[in-house]
Amino acid sequence: MIRLQQVHRIFEVGDQKVHALNDVSLDIKCSEYIAMMGPSGSGKSTLLNILGLLDQPTSGEYILDGQDVTALSDQAQAEMRRDKIGFVFQFFHLVPRLSATENIALPMVLAGVPVAERKVRVSRILDAVGLTDRAHHRPDQLSGGQRQRVAIARATVMEPAVILADEPTGNLDSASGKDVLDILERLNDNDITLIVVTHNLDIAKRARRRLHMVDGRIDSDTTTGKRT
Amino acid sequence: MMAADILGFALKSLRGYSLRTGLMLLAMAIGVAAVVVLTSLGEGARRFVVAEFASLGTHLLIVLPGRSETTGGPPLLLGETPRDLTIDDAMALNRSRAVRRVAPIVVGSAAVSYRRRDRESIIVGSTREFLDVRHLTMAQGRFLPKIDPRRASPVCVLGAKIRQELFGADKALGEWVRLGDRRFRVIGVLASEGRTIGIDVEEIVVVPVASALSLFDTASLFRILVEARTREAIPLAQKDIIDIVRSRHDGEDDITVITQDALLSTFDNVLHALTLTVAGIAAISLAVAGILIMNVMLVAVSQRTAEIGLLKALGASGRCILILFVTEAGALSLIGAVLGLVIGRMGGWIIGRFYPALPIGTPWWAIVGALAVALGTGLLFSMLPARRAARLDPAQALSRR
Ligand SMILES: Nc1ncnc2c1ncn2[C@@H]1O[C@H](COP(=O)(O)OP(=O)(O)O)[C@@H](O)[C@H]1O
Ligand SMILES: [Mg+2]
Repeated sequence: MIRLQQVHRIFEVGDQKVHALNDVSLDIKCSEYIAMMGPSGSGKSTLLNILGLLDQPTSGEYILDGQDVTALSDQAQAEMRRDKIGFVFQFFHLVPRLSATENIALPMVLAGVPVAERKVRVSRILDAVGLTDRAHHRPDQLSGGQRQRVAIARATVMEPAVILADEPTGNLDSASGKDVLDILERLNDNDITLIVVTHNLDIAKRARRRLHMVDGRIDSDTTTGKRT
Repeated sequence: MMAADILGFALKSLRGYSLRTGLMLLAMAIGVAAVVVLTSLGEGARRFVVAEFASLGTHLLIVLPGRSETTGGPPLLLGETPRDLTIDDAMALNRSRAVRRVAPIVVGSAAVSYRRRDRESIIVGSTREFLDVRHLTMAQGRFLPKIDPRRASPVCVLGAKIRQELFGADKALGEWVRLGDRRFRVIGVLASEGRTIGIDVEEIVVVPVASALSLFDTASLFRILVEARTREAIPLAQKDIIDIVRSRHDGEDDITVITQDALLSTFDNVLHALTLTVAGIAAISLAVAGILIMNVMLVAVSQRTAEIGLLKALGASGRCILILFVTEAGALSLIGAVLGLVIGRMGGWIIGRFYPALPIGTPWWAIVGALAVALGTGLLFSMLPARRAARLDPAQALSRR
């Protein structure tokens, strides 16, 4: 489903060059569960951004669903992000002036989904993340765990093929971190491809496949038989 | 994205930053209100003058002794003493088929007295026609009698204010007043009219034209008022007047004929230009509001970097972001403009209360223009910030927290 070939990403800061991704090649099949680890600055976020079409490789090839996406227009890439990819961020990134319901509906608003259908989908998904009673709360009226669950609901409302989660539990206590992870894994049980960046070895161990990055390279790529 | 959602999103962001939104609305509203109030005043002044002119009489031509090159200028040519314009000249004008009425006029000032009360007053010598040409009405008694204009007669008609000052509550009709060193019997009193252009009829005394000529010891008329039969007959009347007087003055063109239309349109143009100028100056404040909008939108874009990045991550294209921000600015300027329109109209109304004589009215072009300029500047000046937002790198926008 996802294929990266010899992907490089070089940032130019002033006259200095930062080789954030150095010759990364990667194959990801449908409904895989991948944990990505590695020290800070090793290029995990950069790789995730490229996978999510938020960033372009400096060189190399990215095939998503059989399509070379680096050649697509801005509009087409935006549609790809909207329809195929869900993002979950460490800092939630909810729109502060919108309620939980409105935040979750945002991708459908951007996609032009009819109002009636939005309502149905939002209430179904609020139920799935256990936030029905918080539907009209604004982000500042929610706890960190609740905010992240709103963010997950938003990431899944368009029924994407891939969820990209960059340290989704990094800002949460362990109990709500576990809740969030449970929800993500439940999505994976329903055949959504799940890629989670984490510093937490216990969390990483729950994934069947683990990538370890160092200095912009994939240092190790191990697959265990089963999720524990 | 659906249009209703775009608008809804824009309005929600405006509400989300209420102080900023309020200030920008204020700037826009002040600009539009300034345009509306100032053009209303200018238009009011124009309408006022036009109405005044119309009330002087309709299809009016004014014949002045002496020739001037430009209509409306002073009727004097250097080095040339104009030939007198006489009562006979005036009577001769009746020969033209285009002319309905002719009122010769002599104007001077003299002391008017009754018993021990007296004052200076403007004395107008004319004929019975004066009443109709100037559309005057009587409060009491009759106007000048229909007599041969060449004949003097010791009768007079008083303006309302003169009557009040000389007679107070006493009866004026039939009494004798003194004008200069002669005595005239009061036969009528003019109704007062709220008119300010030309001679104020409240403060005049009207006597037969021949009496006025002898009172002021002159042979020349001050001017002749001519009423054409119809509006279309005005040019013909003008030509006839010039021809008739030329034939009477040994082939010399020594008069000036001003048509009321020409005079009116001159004033109309001048005041219209004035209104436009004032509107233009006021529109500068709109441009200032536009620049303010640009600045505030730029701040908004940098403040909302993360949100823009998020929208892109959720599937918004650059174009979509552009549309969102431009809509926001457009909604802002439109609301501000409508607010300004309301404030401006209210201001106009209040001014109208203080100066009831001024027919305040906002011309439609000012309303359309103010709205268009407001919306135009809003959209134009939001282009730069909106494009900056559209080009934002989402990965970088989201990595900042
Ligand atoms: N926009 C950028 N401009 C310049 N350098 C960047 C940018 N984004 C990331 N980097 C650099 O690329 C490297 C990898 O960053 P990142 O992918 O964020 O690491 P991680 O997520 O693994 O901590 C780091 O050295 C970082 O400083
Ligand atoms: Mg990172």
